[in-house]
Amino acid sequence: MESLKNTPLCREHERLKALMAPFGGWNMPIQYEGILAEHRWCREKAALFDICHMGEFLFTGDIVASGLEEVFTFSVTSIPVGRSRYGFLLNEAGGVIDDLIVFRLAEDEAMVVVNAATIDKDFAAIAGRLSGGEFRNISATTGKLDLQGPLSREILAAVVGPEITSIPYFKCIKTPILGADAIVSRTGYTGELGYEVFLPAEKTVELWNRLLEDSRVRPAGLGARDVLRLEVGYSLYGSDIDEDTTPLEAGLEAFVNFDKTFVGKEALLAQRAAGLTRAKVAFQVTSRRSPRHDYEIYCKDERVGTVTSGVFSPMLGCGIGIGFVKPEIATFGTPLTIRHEQVSMEATVVALPFYRGGSLRR
Amino acid sequence: MDIFFTKEHEWVKVKEGIAAVGISDFAAHQLGDVTFVELPQMGKTVKQFSVLASIESVKAASDIYAPVSGTVTKVNEVLDERPEIVNESPEDAGWIAWLEGFDPAELNGLMTREQYEDYVKGLA
Repeated sequence: MESLKNTPLCREHERLKALMAPFGGWNMPIQYEGILAEHRWCREKAALFDICHMGEFLFTGDIVASGLEEVFTFSVTSIPVGRSRYGFLLNEAGGVIDDLIVFRLAEDEAMVVVNAATIDKDFAAIAGRLSGGEFRNISATTGKLDLQGPLSREILAAVVGPEITSIPYFKCIKTPILGADAIVSRTGYTGELGYEVFLPAEKTVELWNRLLEDSRVRPAGLGARDVLRLEVGYSLYGSDIDEDTTPLEAGLEAFVNFDKTFVGKEALLAQRAAGLTRAKVAFQVTSRRSPRHDYEIYCKDERVGTVTSGVFSPMLGCGIGIGFVKPEIATFGTPLTIRHEQVSMEATVVALPFYRGGSLRR
Repeated sequence: MDIFFTKEHEWVKVKEGIAAVGISDFAAHQLGDVTFVELPQMGKTVKQFSVLASIESVKAASDIYAPVSGTVTKVNEVLDERPEIVNESPEDAGWIAWLEGFDPAELNGLMTREQYEDYVKGLA
């Protein structure tokens, strides 16, 4: 087995007595003081996440002539400079190779931010579709810290500078941080007001510690991040979406632009014409029980699907989950039973997001 | 009061024919934030080492086994609303249930605190 990779912050995590565990080939902090406390801190104050494991690719060149325009399910040329867009890299069958964000940094420059476990296959897939331009994997030299929570704007401005205060949702700016070139993006994975900061890997420890000097900031691990993202209904690659799942099945058609050419488009059009055989469903449990990955979904004693993500939601005070079912089941209000061995819990199909009170667009 | 532990990390405290049952500090720490405790039915009769209750944390779901055989005569209903008490006070306020009618001889197969602490060290 390949050994686990460490982020530049591994000694800081050790110092903070984090519980570490493997995630996507990386040795990552799962929790510091505790998942629920960290979750709450993010919803109420500001939480700092080490996201250095995620991958970054930098493209420079003509976006149309190189073929980059046709790589993703969305148009790169239509992203204004200084903005970013979420969408997919698909295979020919319409399955999701990865979900990612493209940042348009300049007319001829785009940064692609991808999941940690998929860095190599994403890079190979994208590079294989390009016929020009320069395309580099800058993951190893790029650090990424996420500061998320209602207080994140003022806290980050105090460290980085007031220019970050006016960044709207899904916009980004290039700005120096600690004397180095950095990118601050108003995006995140929590449903709260927040920022993703990209900076040279060797500056990560210094920024991490500078932010933690503010008593309103606490570190949060991947455990809290998973609860936060599921409360707002974001998909997790590898659990909810994968190469055998299309964006249509995953209810993510809004991130697919059928007015342009992209790999996988024919398959998606065919799937749409034929009708879906499975669809994503979100459900709320009637108790504090947590549904979990691979638990079975039943409707009136008939097995109708499988849970892909589930947690106890501290904001709702009950279990929440998403899964895939026969399409006719995915109607709001449908009663479900979630089962696993001797565990059984009642649930109801609901609309996403589960939690709507976040500071995301504040 | 005598306290004994199982290999599955339950504790049992015995006093005047009542066996109070809970999970150890080690187990509570391993589970992380407890979000749900399925308390046993009152009057339920359990055999030693069979499933008594179940417990869920943000990270995992697991069963709680009966350290001794007996009949459930009291459950810690506070845990329905505040399961986090299991983390705050696993070996006291976070007790799960009382069992009565047990055979004291069953305690011989359990570990003392000292033995349990050695056992836990061996797991690390």
